[in-house]
Amino acid sequence: MPKVSLKVNGRAVSRDVEGRTLLVELLRDGLGLTGTHVGCDTSQCGACVVHVDGVALKSCTVFASDIDGAEVRTIEGMANPDGSLGVIQAAFQDNHGLQCGFCTPGMVMSAAALLTENPNPSEAEIRAYLEGNICRCTGYHNIVKSIQAAAAQMSARPVAAE
Amino acid sequence: MPKDSGIGAPTKRREDVRFLTGKGRYTDDLNRPGQAYVHFLRSDVAHGRITKLDTSAAEGMPGVLKVFTAADFAAVGGVPCGWLVTDRFGQPMKEPKHPVLAEGKVRHVGDPVAAVVAETLAQARDAAEAIELDIEELPAVVDMRLALDTESALVHDDAGTNLCFDWGFIEDNAAAVDAAIKAAPHVVTLDLVNNRLVPNAMEPRAALGEYDAADDQHTLYTTSQNPHVIRLLMGAFVLGIPEQRLRVVAPDVGGGFGSKIYHYAEEAFVTFAAKALGRPVKWTCTRSEAFISDAHGRDHVTKIELALDNDGRFLALRTDTLANMGAYLSTFAPCIPTYLHGTLMAGNYATPLIYVRVRAVFTNTVAVDAYRGAGRPEATYQIERVIDKAARELGIDPVEIRRRNFIKPDQFPYQTPVAVLYDTGNYHDLMDVMERISDRAGFPARRKESEARGKLRGFGVAAYIEACGIAPSSLVGALGARAGLYESATVRVNPTGGVSVFTGSHSHGQGHETTFAQVVSDMLGIDAAQVDIVHGDTARVPFGMGTYGSRSLAVGGSAIVKSVEKIVAKAKKIAAHLMEASPTDIEFKDGRFSVAGTDKSVAWTDVTLAAYVPHKYPIEELEPGLEETSFYDPANFTYPAGAYACEVEVDPETGKVDVLAFAAADDFGNVVNPTIVEGQVHGGLAQGIGQALLEACAYDETGQIRSGSYMDYAMPRADDLPSYKVDNSCVTPCTHNPLGVKGCGEAGAIGSPPTFVNAVLDALNSGGHEVAHIDMPLSPSRVWAAINGGNA
Repeated sequence: MPKVSLKVNGRAVSRDVEGRTLLVELLRDGLGLTGTHVGCDTSQCGACVVHVDGVALKSCTVFASDIDGAEVRTIEGMANPDGSLGVIQAAFQDNHGLQCGFCTPGMVMSAAALLTENPNPSEAEIRAYLEGNICRCTGYHNIVKSIQAAAAQMSARPVAAE
Repeated sequence: MPKDSGIGAPTKRREDVRFLTGKGRYTDDLNRPGQAYVHFLRSDVAHGRITKLDTSAAEGMPGVLKVFTAADFAAVGGVPCGWLVTDRFGQPMKEPKHPVLAEGKVRHVGDPVAAVVAETLAQARDAAEAIELDIEELPAVVDMRLALDTESALVHDDAGTNLCFDWGFIEDNAAAVDAAIKAAPHVVTLDLVNNRLVPNAMEPRAALGEYDAADDQHTLYTTSQNPHVIRLLMGAFVLGIPEQRLRVVAPDVGGGFGSKIYHYAEEAFVTFAAKALGRPVKWTCTRSEAFISDAHGRDHVTKIELALDNDGRFLALRTDTLANMGAYLSTFAPCIPTYLHGTLMAGNYATPLIYVRVRAVFTNTVAVDAYRGAGRPEATYQIERVIDKAARELGIDPVEIRRRNFIKPDQFPYQTPVAVLYDTGNYHDLMDVMERISDRAGFPARRKESEARGKLRGFGVAAYIEACGIAPSSLVGALGARAGLYESATVRVNPTGGVSVFTGSHSHGQGHETTFAQVVSDMLGIDAAQVDIVHGDTARVPFGMGTYGSRSLAVGGSAIVKSVEKIVAKAKKIAAHLMEASPTDIEFKDGRFSVAGTDKSVAWTDVTLAAYVPHKYPIEELEPGLEETSFYDPANFTYPAGAYACEVEVDPETGKVDVLAFAAADDFGNVVNPTIVEGQVHGGLAQGIGQALLEACAYDETGQIRSGSYMDYAMPRADDLPSYKVDNSCVTPCTHNPLGVKGCGEAGAIGSPPTFVNAVLDALNSGGHEVAHIDMPLSPSRVWAAINGGNA
């Protein structure tokens, strides 16, 4: 069995995996990071989106053994260092951007990737970007609103000194 | 009382923090020591006889603990149906057995034939491929219209027919309705299909069974909207487990929309196998598996006739529906096309004569049961589509024809000719709000602007009524329910004043942990943060019926209110004793008890502590402790209503429809948390627009599902939908529950499909295309075909 070493949410981890083990399986079953969800088996729903080396990926579509050495960030790594909700997470709570919560981790990870690429997206740009994240509860209205609110807050925030 | 957290406050949801940080606990997130995994081998044909099932090779595969087949379940019952419908002739419906694993025959693609339990899921899947299964294919029964031919193959041989029941409502009115239709100056007729949908909660179903031999205790963790219902159905009727030995836990559940009400075979399997193997057994459904094993929704084929006088007033309405049951009767399946559909056929209108006929049909497809709205969207769709057609045929404005026929505000309470009694409503006001928030007056200018770009713009309206808060037990019992439909709540006040509320309702996205706490904190005048809501565990909450039919606040909330009232009454007696006053002189406000007309008072926590440390206590009259349980059985359904408007733009070159705007004016009675209510409407609208624009669960003539994954089943995505305008300012409180609430969970899904279809037809007709109807979903190919005379 190949050995995979990753940095997950800042912590170095190493596991033996089968060749067919998916990243999402390693995260959920191997590392107990059950915040990343599996909502489909055709890479459509986006509940499993995580960041791999800063890029948003569907972790159900990545073999764990293919990303040896990568840095992975999951929903569990999105809060502020003091444990309080990060800007995007807080915006989802403030704007009722979630209901059952199952698609939410993927939505937050996709939203974070969007706002990195495009800090001030229009409603149409947000809706187009979320093409790969399905939500059955909210009708997307408040998800869009949450992301707009997060964008506004992030652009208003003074840039921290490097 | 803190104003920012009581009734009516748009309080932020407390459950969000765990969901937003990855700390939610859904069933598949749970793992038990020594856990094994099951993979089901499912039929890949719709109908056939099992001629060979050899599991010996699979049994020898690595990691396999056991391969189960129907033979292992010979001593246990079938999966039961919870509702008995009696037909027009007084005969009970056909109720064939639904085995846990297929016995002799397979009846739909996805019917489980064998179950492999192994150390790992991968081993279970690998071993399933080594099972030798031969099925002699039989002709598949797919089209309901053909299923009733005498020549048709039979889904259930011993039933002797594919007709589950032939139901008439109200049978005694049939002749009068027929006479009225024959005598009417105008009769508008419409044939329509309410398309089959897959509910598609984002969390696939999962079940984890565990058995403790030391004290003969079973535990089932499952994705359920109603854990006590599962305990009753599975414990008593399938596995014969006494209820005190069976705990059912539904932890965080990722959406339900009806599909997680029912008792499913997989739950019974893991519970049974955990004892048989002495190991916890876990099953997690894949999405592909969900498409062929979750109960589907809708799937009606209907002819509706509306008789009108020369002024466009409704004289009589008759509807004849074929309702697909699928291969087996799911838990509430027979109730959906009958009592949740027929009773709603009056809609918002004072139609004097109504008759509903429904024939329920077995087919070789997945079982069909309640999906968000459950019968009420099917009723509303027919009514609101045929009214729109009548408006066009009679040359009456679609808003005007509805207003002309609405039940008037002074007619409430209003007895419909289809059994139900509407307590309150104001449909004219809802129409006013809808016209305002949709800027109907500005539509002609917007249409011109679209036309200038070569597009057709349409404005569609619809009204809806629904019956929620399901319902008085005595009534549903008379109608065939094999369950009561009350709700329970225990309110436990702890010595230092904090409160635990144990509710029989279940939250799977609705935010009960927040809204129920708002109600209790408002009534007690304490901070909502001091109130915890517990749900979803039969070992912790009193026997409850769960969450569906927009019932949680109206029924479950009422049970909480009753318990809190008992708490306050007892607390006043304790306070009176502490202050040496008469209980009748005690006033309770903002978390303090005071003696009327004096400056004497004690705090909430003084009283709660005294209840548990009864040193100075009226012990001869009052037991210590501060905990009350209530079961609330409502006197009637509740009747939310609304008026909706949809604006679309159609590209006549391609048939593509864009939803430009959607306005929803709803009357939900009193509202506890407006933000959550708006969110419920948004989600309902998305599912209704999804049904009307995108979604279809399609089978081919051999019974193969053609839309069995998200590659083929068109789930609404963010860029398919608009932002919504939602207004809840029209309030006619429910008269028979203590909060005056009506329920908001299903409204959007009920009102939006006809609104959308009416808008598209308005657009097409504005362009000179005389199209009377298009069946959902209004895909570009269907719209283009309608524009081009039916030649796709």
